[in-house]
Amino acid sequence: MKSAVVTFPGSNRERDMMHALELVSGRKPEAVWHADTSLPDVDLVVLPGGFSYGDYLRSGAIAARAPVMDAIRAFAARGGLVLGVCNGFQMLTEAGLLPGALMRNAGLTFVCREVLLETASTANRFTAGMRKGETWRCPVAHHDGNYFADAQTIARLEGGDRVAFRYASGTNPNGSVNDIAGITNEAGNVLGMMPHPENYVDAQQASTDGRAFFESICEAFAAA
Amino acid sequence: MKARVTVTLKSGVLDPQGKAIEGGLAALGFAGVDSVRQGKVFDLEISGRSADAARADLAAMCEKLLANTVIENYDIEIL
Repeated sequence: MKSAVVTFPGSNRERDMMHALELVSGRKPEAVWHADTSLPDVDLVVLPGGFSYGDYLRSGAIAARAPVMDAIRAFAARGGLVLGVCNGFQMLTEAGLLPGALMRNAGLTFVCREVLLETASTANRFTAGMRKGETWRCPVAHHDGNYFADAQTIARLEGGDRVAFRYASGTNPNGSVNDIAGITNEAGNVLGMMPHPENYVDAQQASTDGRAFFESICEAFAAA
Repeated sequence: MKARVTVTLKSGVLDPQGKAIEGGLAALGFAGVDSVRQGKVFDLEISGRSADAARADLAAMCEKLLANTVIENYDIEIL
């Protein structure tokens, strides 16, 4: 699987993401800059976590209007895989590639801890190789992770099996509606999630539970 | 000309910051504050267009960047 990671001013998880992708896919991801207007020939583009533009205006709002986003929108429309983690998820909602919005955490504080994630759907290109209903450890680190959408949108997400990940066993850290931690677009080729699977892939980290997620993405391309 | 854009959360959208401010006011002894909702104000200096054209441009700015219309409403005033 060929991948690329986009760096914005204020991104801080791009190297973690590149490390995880290289570790699991065996290929070094391409580095893309926010001002680029085209993407390299890849299967997956990742918008990593961080604090693009200092979270000014709204988290991810300025980055969502960066030059590279037009190329990402076109890539997604062609069926390319787009993953947004944390700040990347916020960018995808701000860019209109995913529905809803990520609001200030219900508890108002920045949360940096481990949660238990449930793989709630495998009906998309990212989690198809994971086990539905299985729970796994994953770290979160965010201030604006409280997923919100109107009742109609939530019904559409739930009815369409588009909630990829949920906070399990009372570990919801932010008040997110229906314990939503990650969602996909209708076609299943754009996924946004608040937790950081890229930080649980290496034996030197507290857990390697995040590997299964990246392995699942890679499997989709190994089979093709 | 000067313009002011006010962005507020739509009703029904939870506002944890407004709630915290509400609690803060109560803690200071201000009674009878039934609700606080926090919003944003943008003051803009605009030149080279009529008030009507400025209003149309400001609406486009709100739709494209200043507000997230999934969760926020906006109001435009030409001052």
